[in-house]
Amino acid sequence: MTETTAVTDLLALHETMAVIRRTEKAAHDLFMSGLVKGTTHLAAGHEAVAVGARAALRDGDYAFATYRGHHHAIAWGATPEECLAELMQRSTGLNKGKGGSMHLTKAATGMLGSYAIVGAHLPMAAGAAWSARLRGTDQVAVAFFGDGATNIGAFHEALNLAAVWRLPVLFVCENNFYMEYTPIGSVTAAEQPAAGRAPSYGLPAEVVDGNDVVAVRNAVARAAERARAGDGPTVLEARTYRHYGHSRTDPATYRPEGELERWLERDPLTVSSIRLRSAGTRDVEIQAAEDRAAAVVDAAVATARAGPPADLREAFTDVWADGGAAWRTTS
Amino acid sequence: MADHVVTYRESVAEGIAREMRRDPSVVCLGEDIGAAGGVFKTTVGLFEEFGPERVWDTPISEQAIVGAAMGAAMTGMRPVAEIMFSDFLACCWDYLANEIPKVRYMTGGQVTVPLVIRTANGGGLGFGAQHSQAVENWVFTVPGLKIAAPSTPSDVVGLLASAIRSDDPVVFFEHKGLLAGKGAPAPDGHVVPFGEAAVRREGGDVTLVALASTVPLALAAADRLAAEGVAAEVLDLRTLIPLDVAAVLRSLERTSRLVVVEENPYQGGWGGTIVSVVADEGFELLDAPVKRVAGANVPLPFADALEDQVIPTVDKVADAVRSLATY
Ligand SMILES: Cc1ncc(C[n+]2csc(CCOP(=O)(O)OP(=O)(O)O)c2C)c(N)n1
Ligand SMILES: [Mg+2]
Repeated sequence: MTETTAVTDLLALHETMAVIRRTEKAAHDLFMSGLVKGTTHLAAGHEAVAVGARAALRDGDYAFATYRGHHHAIAWGATPEECLAELMQRSTGLNKGKGGSMHLTKAATGMLGSYAIVGAHLPMAAGAAWSARLRGTDQVAVAFFGDGATNIGAFHEALNLAAVWRLPVLFVCENNFYMEYTPIGSVTAAEQPAAGRAPSYGLPAEVVDGNDVVAVRNAVARAAERARAGDGPTVLEARTYRHYGHSRTDPATYRPEGELERWLERDPLTVSSIRLRSAGTRDVEIQAAEDRAAAVVDAAVATARAGPPADLREAFTDVWADGGAAWRTTS
Repeated sequence: MADHVVTYRESVAEGIAREMRRDPSVVCLGEDIGAAGGVFKTTVGLFEEFGPERVWDTPISEQAIVGAAMGAAMTGMRPVAEIMFSDFLACCWDYLANEIPKVRYMTGGQVTVPLVIRTANGGGLGFGAQHSQAVENWVFTVPGLKIAAPSTPSDVVGLLASAIRSDDPVVFFEHKGLLAGKGAPAPDGHVVPFGEAAVRREGGDVTLVALASTVPLALAAADRLAAEGVAAEVLDLRTLIPLDVAAVLRSLERTSRLVVVEENPYQGGWGGTIVSVVADEGFELLDAPVKRVAGANVPLPFADALEDQVIPTVDKVADAVRSLATY
């Protein structure tokens, strides 16, 4: 993978990030108006990590995400409409209304789920990578997780197992510097929560600008190349920031004054616009991409909202592979 | 040879080997399962026959073992993961409680998880409170997991065949107290379907519902009771999910009396669910109260004599039956 990128590719990445940004805004507004219930964990600000990673990977590579996973689902091909329909409990939702915001999944494209128990999916990603190796494919698996997840046992078990088995798996930490309402530095012994732990497992690690889609893409490309060559896992720590609070209506008042504003200056869409302009893309072209993104999401909101509610019969399907939910025999 | 017998322990390895021979997507992982053949010697010969690409030794990482098995199962493999002692399921409980049983449902059926978690369960060997528990009821509390617990060598093979071929996740309990037990070998191609209880002994006076270690216990109690003129029917559930309550109700149509014999604790034990179904759907069939002979609600003590106090015994089963005979 070369480090330079055609302008059209960059513009496409920019547009996907704009779709995610607009979807997150829609999710936020719908939550505030009561059309989305339960909880949301929005990824506005994190777009470059998901989009950059997907751009570096191939069709069929696996992704495992967290409850903050709208961006991964969309980067892996879920439409804003199926995502928003899921959030609004429609039968047209990505998971038929049985998952919700925290569990968006697009298995057909290799996005194998969003998991809401912190860290649980890291061993799964290692297992998918193990499976790729056993089946003799050259697929890689990526686990996206937060800085907070680096303090749970499953993170350490997964890194060790993946290292000793030299599995083609990428551990991509989205370090947004907070676990819920607590600054990560105050609860983590290592200065770099993910990258700082990698050496103890003999794993290569990189700290990446998580707001620069090209930087992420290039780092993931290098890690994927190592993985496909049989050189084992890599830990990437992408530094980024979430624009909204942790979840729901969290106003994020625990953040020091000015912090959000400083990060907004390095908003992934701003960083990408600057790069596009310096590569000769005109403002109108960038604006047109963002307008297309907005139109797609606005139409998605309307269609998703008009969709039928969850089908009541679905409560008793999909427990077992035969489609049913029978736990006993009947006479 | 008509009187050829095999052990329960050997049958575990035999059951896995049969499936590994017929399906290249079956792989094993666990602590010490490779060249060492497993702490309980239940995987002896697999590493030699199938090699390191299909039989994988793991670190002491229960979450990574079961989590990796899940990821592999979602992507085309049929992993058979060993958790050495069932007590250690607590160390990867998240995967049994939150991940494996839920992922198919919460994704709206987008993925399947065809894996087996095998584990050595139960007491009777004097291993103390953290290595002797019968924990099938832990798993029984979680919708979305199938549960098998064989009592005979040939059922070990037949239920393993069903478990490994199942597209659903299965927790497979191998009882430590039965490992050295012997029985007829499984015929070629032997498959025991899930959800079909077996009548191990027929009788018209009382139904003893049993599982794994409590099957031989119930049979011994039935022998003793026969001498007293009480004919006990012994039903081996073989799987807890699916639960063959239809077989229990059918048996009660003949016997009208029920004793459930379960090794897991009385508090939250699976017998409570059997009894509640019977109370709901079989009330008219009963001529006496129902009894549960279960583990006591205490941690398992080490000393044999103390352990006997708190786990089901032949005496306790026979006493429970006698108490019903007065009705
Ligand atoms: C095992 C577990 N413990 C606690 C929680 C509650 N919880 C949800 S998100 C979260 C913070 C996670 O922080 P991080 O990993 O940095 O991810 P971020 O939310 O910042 O993306 C916590 C503690 C949980 N879901 N799972
Ligand atoms: Mg965080």
